[in-house]
Amino acid sequence: MESNAHVSSVKSYGLVLGALLTLTVVTVSAASVDLGSFNVVIALGIATIKASLVALFFMHLRHGRPMNGIIFVSGVIFLGIFLMFCLIDADTRDVPRPTRLITAPAAAAPVPGPAAGH
Amino acid sequence: MSDSAATLGHGAHEPFLQHHFESPEQQADASRIGMWLFLVTEILLFGGLFVGFALMQSRHPEAFLHAHHHLDRTLGFINTVVLLTSSFTMVLAVRSAQTNDRRRLIVFLLLTIVCAGIFLGIKCVEYSHKFHEGLLPGSFYSHRGDPVPGEFMFFSFYFMMTGLHGIHILAGMGLMCWLLRRAVRGDFSSRYNTPVDFVGLYWHLVDVIWIYLFPLLYLIR
Repeated sequence: MESNAHVSSVKSYGLVLGALLTLTVVTVSAASVDLGSFNVVIALGIATIKASLVALFFMHLRHGRPMNGIIFVSGVIFLGIFLMFCLIDADTRDVPRPTRLITAPAAAAPVPGPAAGH
Repeated sequence: MSDSAATLGHGAHEPFLQHHFESPEQQADASRIGMWLFLVTEILLFGGLFVGFALMQSRHPEAFLHAHHHLDRTLGFINTVVLLTSSFTMVLAVRSAQTNDRRRLIVFLLLTIVCAGIFLGIKCVEYSHKFHEGLLPGSFYSHRGDPVPGEFMFFSFYFMMTGLHGIHILAGMGLMCWLLRRAVRGDFSSRYNTPVDFVGLYWHLVDVIWIYLFPLLYLIR
């Protein structure tokens, strides 16, 4: 008696590994070419393709129950909302670009000690 | 195993079936949903760090760009290859359990542990370089002569993200040793391989996180 889990062939897993390694080489070589702001888009795009390959084939989302995929994708969507709103917030704030955070000395007002007599 | 199970009145031919489940399939599906929920919490745990990284990187692009030149791209690339390969051996371990191949299950679990060990070994080499140069997180940063102020921030993220990831690798190695012990004992078969399957899922998620960490930390432009 076999369980209902899908058993893929060793060859198909080998092909996925080959694709992942190829994409790793591609992402490293793409990083050595200056494409301006497209570099990060390409790097994250390739990373997302690789992550999808791992999720679909190695993590068996392709053959498993759809519920698992729904859980996974909804988690990624919420992470996207988290990231997007934080970046929108940061980009629309009126903060002078060259970093106040780094250059300003830590000039907090001296904290008064505990008042005597209490 | 089957003869010892036969002596039990309940679940006679399914020694690992809990009494509140109707079938091994139902049990495996129910626990798999729980595993995926756990994986989502892991994504959100790392997600906080990724969002922090994105915010700081967008605010201090020059500092991050200069700081990342201290990282060794070749070592990062080798580690990516090692980790992808370990995912491959792990998925073959799961497959061996599904096909009742105990010998291969043990071999592939061992190979996965070896890959994880190589990954951590290379990470240690990288960390010790950073320690010697004073490229430490936060207030421990003591590297001098940075062309751009604020490079310490990159290393705060670098250590927190790769450190948390490394802890996950260590945990994965521990889990695989536990699997190895159970595999030697002959617990797993095509009917029952949920622990192998789930450690595999966890391991692939750790791999996915590295798939994003590598370009973000090592390949910035």
